[in-house]
Amino acid sequence: MTGRKVLLENVNIPGIETFEVYQKNGGYRAVDKALKSMSPDEIVEEVKKSGLRGRGGAGFPTGMKWSFLAKPEGVPRYLVCNADESEPGTFKDRYLMEKIPHLLVEGMIVSSYALGANLSFIYIRGEFMWILDILEKAIAEAYDKGYLGKNIKGSGYNLDLRVMPGGGAYICGEETALLESLEGKRGNPRIKPPFPAVKGLWGCPTVVNNVESIAAVVPIVNDGGDAYAQIGLGKSTGTKLISACGNLARPGVYEIEMGISVEEFIYGDDYCRGIANGKKLKACVPGGSSVPILPHYLVTKTATGEDRLMTYESLSDGGFVSGSMLGSGGFIVFDEDQCIVRNTWNFARFYAHESCGQCSPCREGTGWMEKVLHRLENGNGNLRDIDLLAEINKKIEGNTICPLGDAAAWPVAAAIRHFREEFEWHVTHREESQTRNFGLISQPVTA
Amino acid sequence: MNLHVDINKRHAERKEFSPESLAKVNELMLDVPEGKHKSAVLRVLHMAQDELGGWLSIETMDYVAELLNIQPIEVYEVATFYTMFHLDQTGKYVLEVCRTGPCMLVGSDKIIEYIENKLNIQVGQTTEDGMFTLKTVECMGACGYGPMLQCQYKNHEFLTPEKVDELIEGYRSGTFEK
Ligand SMILES: Cc1cc2nc3c(=O)[nH]c(=O)nc-3n(C[C@H](O)[C@H](O)[C@H](O)COP(=O)(O)O)c2cc1C
Ligand code: SF4
Ligand code: FES
Repeated sequence: MTGRKVLLENVNIPGIETFEVYQKNGGYRAVDKALKSMSPDEIVEEVKKSGLRGRGGAGFPTGMKWSFLAKPEGVPRYLVCNADESEPGTFKDRYLMEKIPHLLVEGMIVSSYALGANLSFIYIRGEFMWILDILEKAIAEAYDKGYLGKNIKGSGYNLDLRVMPGGGAYICGEETALLESLEGKRGNPRIKPPFPAVKGLWGCPTVVNNVESIAAVVPIVNDGGDAYAQIGLGKSTGTKLISACGNLARPGVYEIEMGISVEEFIYGDDYCRGIANGKKLKACVPGGSSVPILPHYLVTKTATGEDRLMTYESLSDGGFVSGSMLGSGGFIVFDEDQCIVRNTWNFARFYAHESCGQCSPCREGTGWMEKVLHRLENGNGNLRDIDLLAEINKKIEGNTICPLGDAAAWPVAAAIRHFREEFEWHVTHREESQTRNFGLISQPVTA
Repeated sequence: MNLHVDINKRHAERKEFSPESLAKVNELMLDVPEGKHKSAVLRVLHMAQDELGGWLSIETMDYVAELLNIQPIEVYEVATFYTMFHLDQTGKYVLEVCRTGPCMLVGSDKIIEYIENKLNIQVGQTTEDGMFTLKTVECMGACGYGPMLQCQYKNHEFLTPEKVDELIEGYRSGTFEK
């Protein structure tokens, strides 16, 4: 792995947030090229060839998503960029938009052209209001230079780009809730089908993509889908922004070439430089709060003893039994002093707080899980509670309108699967568990 | 959960936007296809909260409904769904401390406790002088820079007790005024 970068290469150039400096460093070449010499379908083809998978969490192939977009005659189509970024552990889109806003604007222009959209939106979480200002400034510059508006660069293509804020609701990251919110309503997810590709914003065909996915279209158009597919490893093509947090010596946002090892990412000098304060690694949630937690012995190695790599495939190696997911790239690291029960409760509280309340299994189930975990954490639980949690889990899973229910259930199931010993200790050592943490979990002999 | 709401406390004197802000509202309504101007409601509610007293009284929400030419209920249902909108009067500065996992791993619990003690209030309360309201919020997208809090859209990151002292002093004396 050579550690190639295609998104953040220029991020430290002074003034890169301005049109002038951005363009001087190769910016807006993709728009020039696309509008002059490529048809919309050719761009979709390049994106398919690149193997780019959605960077918002689900990893769905972007080119394929684009090719599903319905194109009825006389009906507008929309591209909506998902900049809601609220999955705990994730703060990468924010970094990109703050540091190099024109990369997103450029990606929006090229992608909108590929999809035949003439009005596109960036939906950004309301707490990022200052980034909304940064984006609007960049957009104003792009209008000024003829890269947005009517007849862009004499091509005959028209595009308007708007930024819309949310109001503080994790659920609005879910694409149909996002569209509801964009329409000025409560963020209640819609029942699918119909999918947004057929009936999305205001009932029109719509593509929703993550900030990073849209930014990645820029290097794909510049250098071609094949060149992009050369970066990375196997089906995990390209680079990925990883936001690393928790007990790390050097937390932050890193653009990694997919395929580096988890070991290198956590301990390498170019990346996180190990666990903070010389402590030991206890566990890791590698893809945002919704993905399964891994105990220390499954973080850098898979259950079969192979090196675990930063790819979609390797991080999910072992399925839900001994693997996790790349998810959104929110990489959360726990040191030996952390309490898994407390953290599981904390995440359960998050989902209970953020459930939109439409489906009873999610609305009630997330609340129950929070209560049960709270009493376990505080030394008031009993052993049956652990099984009760698994029971609630099963009632939520697959029985809800949107995946938030699953996202709430899976982390609890994974924590109990790997850290049952620690949960039980909270019951058998009620007082002790209130004054100290359990420490490192031992590796099962027959892992 | 506080189920009883004292509705009288949710009323306040009607306030209106400046001419510049009104022009901005009109611009926002024209930014979207004809008839879809309702989509501006979140943005306009943020403007209203920021410019008309720091919270959304029933009068302010009714005013927003008038401006956008939609029913008041369409504004209420939105304002009550999203956590950034304050439906009760707040202090001059609302300190919103992130309480979610990644921040907790690096000590947000202690910071919350420290602020409670320092301001002599609990989470959800406002200081007697009306200067500060303390709230906890879920992940703010700043997890690598925790513990953190946001106040008036400004993030304060890598918080320590010393930094908390400094920033509370800063707000009290007006140094952090935006
Ligand atoms: C509860 C929930 C929250 C989500 N939050 C986000 C988010 O904050 N940002 C994001 O890009 N995608 C989020 N997603 C995924 C989106 O629904 C959608 O799949 C994604 O934006 C598609 O973009 P991509 O294909 O480019 O990844 C969330 C999904 C769910 C179920
Ligand atoms: S699963 Fe939860 S968040 Fe999703 S629609 Fe149902 S109640 Fe709302
Ligand atoms: S957990 Fe605090 S900002 Fe994400």
